[in-house]
Amino acid sequence: MSKTRRDFLKLAGACACTVAASQLVGANAHAASAGHGPAVPQPGNQHEHALHGTHWGMVIDTKRFTDPLLVQKCVDACHLTHNVPKIDGPQELKWIWPANYLETFTEHNHYLPDSVEQRSFLLLCNHCENPPCVRVCPTKATFKRGWDGIVQMDMHRCIGCRFCMAACPYGARSFNFHNPRPYIDEAKMNPAYPTRMRGVVEKCTFCVERLAQGLMPACVEASDGAILFGDLDDPASTVRKALASKFTVRRKVSLGTEPSVYYII
Amino acid sequence: MLEKALKGSPLYWFWLFFLACVAGVGSMAYLYQLNFGLSVTGMSRDVSWGFYIAQFTYLVGVAASAVMLVLPTYLHHYKAFKKMIILGEFMAIAAVSMCLLFIIVDLGQPQRAMNVILHPTPGSILFWDMIVLNGYLFINLLVGWVTLQAERNEVAPPKWIKFFIYLSIFWAFSIHTVTAFLYAGLPGRHYWLTAIMAARFLASAFCSGPAILLLLAFLLKRLVNFDPGKEAIKSLAKIITYAMAINVFFFLLEVFTAFYSDIPGHKAPIVYLFSGMDGFAQWTPFMWLAAILAFLSLALLIPAKLRDNHELLPWTLLFLVIATWIDKGIGLLVGGFTPNMFETVTEYVPSIPELAIVLAIYAMGAMILTVLWKIALGVKQEVGHF
Ligand code: SF4
Ligand code: SF4
Repeated sequence: MSKTRRDFLKLAGACACTVAASQLVGANAHAASAGHGPAVPQPGNQHEHALHGTHWGMVIDTKRFTDPLLVQKCVDACHLTHNVPKIDGPQELKWIWPANYLETFTEHNHYLPDSVEQRSFLLLCNHCENPPCVRVCPTKATFKRGWDGIVQMDMHRCIGCRFCMAACPYGARSFNFHNPRPYIDEAKMNPAYPTRMRGVVEKCTFCVERLAQGLMPACVEASDGAILFGDLDDPASTVRKALASKFTVRRKVSLGTEPSVYYII
Repeated sequence: MLEKALKGSPLYWFWLFFLACVAGVGSMAYLYQLNFGLSVTGMSRDVSWGFYIAQFTYLVGVAASAVMLVLPTYLHHYKAFKKMIILGEFMAIAAVSMCLLFIIVDLGQPQRAMNVILHPTPGSILFWDMIVLNGYLFINLLVGWVTLQAERNEVAPPKWIKFFIYLSIFWAFSIHTVTAFLYAGLPGRHYWLTAIMAARFLASAFCSGPAILLLLAFLLKRLVNFDPGKEAIKSLAKIITYAMAINVFFFLLEVFTAFYSDIPGHKAPIVYLFSGMDGFAQWTPFMWLAAILAFLSLALLIPAKLRDNHELLPWTLLFLVIATWIDKGIGLLVGGFTPNMFETVTEYVPSIPELAIVLAIYAMGAMILTVLWKIALGVKQEVGHF
């Protein structure tokens, strides 16, 4: 377990942008001290293909999600990659999941086209620029990575107080009410990703471990181009181009959390 | 002074034994929870806090209410509360102890609780809550013990303790304000996102806490013939009346804002609590009971004639305690989480182990209170103060 954990943190740390990394001299071996701080960028461990961004964001083309199979494919890709346990009922865990229009956009319009009202919308952590979950966490187990905007979790530090769940306005967080391990299909388990323990909170990580290896997030890869991912700070990125050419909305913008996930309607 | 707790009537020992049994059963339930996680509770992804945090919130109020005796005594040199002030301070100790236990049993990883201190995060209200609660526990232990010791030795309490007494006044307000900030600062939780949350908390604390204290004082009168004095009861009842009136008024302010502004998000939790939503209405009878009892208690408190009737007063106080407990111990949490972030309803029903653990913590609190009060009354008896 601790080995997996170490590798995981190294990978997560490796995703740092070089500017931030160069400021942190002697950060070597820091990531190995599991549970004692956000993964610090480690130039030495940087994967040569790692993707770099200063504000990762996502654009979901909801028009493309008319096929329930595609929805399921994205959800499964994420949940299998990250060993998300399959528990039914109100104590379930989910990192990304489909919801209807009314649940997704709680401040909704009337008389919408049926195609919109009946569409499935994929919900996940918005990796808010101004995340209330980070603000309330009493242990810094939830933190925002300054160099790429990803809201990350240290499950070895989390005390399971669930303050962050009360604070997240998007219902993006799940708590391990049960020991998750028996609920992971062993045949499909991903040995490269750590499993969690009972009593901690978890959520989507924007696939930090995949970005560090130069891979797109799992849901993006599975979406056949219906989900775009890229650097919102880069005007030439696919996400920025999509935002410039299509009408998009974000969830609950009035709360000032500044979500990094956009929906093309 | 501890030896005072070791000599008691059979009733005293039987009561402690009974409480120990309740605590024992609940501890088994807690062991069960340790083994199977919080999955044994009724909490869920959508209602991620439940009875534990609700009791915690209610008891912070009970703890803070000691200030309703301390403030008149030390800031206004009001003599009548002198005799029972120690009871209030010791009740605060029992209440804060229960608060801390409720936090611990609510944690998913209780063995990591120290992370709050190892990784201090001043931006988190929970961090401050931990500091103020422990501080309040310490202050009350110190003040209670030192003043009682002085009473026993029949000398005036040392001068330096004044500092801690004044500090305790400020601190009492701080514990409930900070606890309100746990809720009031969260975007997207309409029922909690209100500037008068702290004020409401204090108002409900300052009626429910003294009401419990007074109820217990009536019990003491029956059991050991300890009389806090007519004047003290009269004044405390008056304080309770004002606080309850303000408490109800504040709640009505919330209702006005929600319904006159007609903003759906603000109305939704109140609608859910009082009339149900999407076919879910489990808590409606409780909320209406609370509303009726709240007005009934006010009707029985406001006319001085009824308030000063000591046959009636315990009933009035009981109604008030039930009303405020439902409001804070059920309504506050359930209303905050329902409707959920998707504007749908997930109902919360506390499980049997969860209730057993809640009862166990109350039993432990009652044990602490019994022992502390036994000591206090023992000392008072020794020096002939009752
Ligand atoms: S969506 Fe929720 S969990 Fe994700 S960053 Fe925003 S507040 Fe935090
Ligand atoms: S549950 Fe864990 S991540 Fe969430 S606020 Fe508590 S310590 Fe932080």
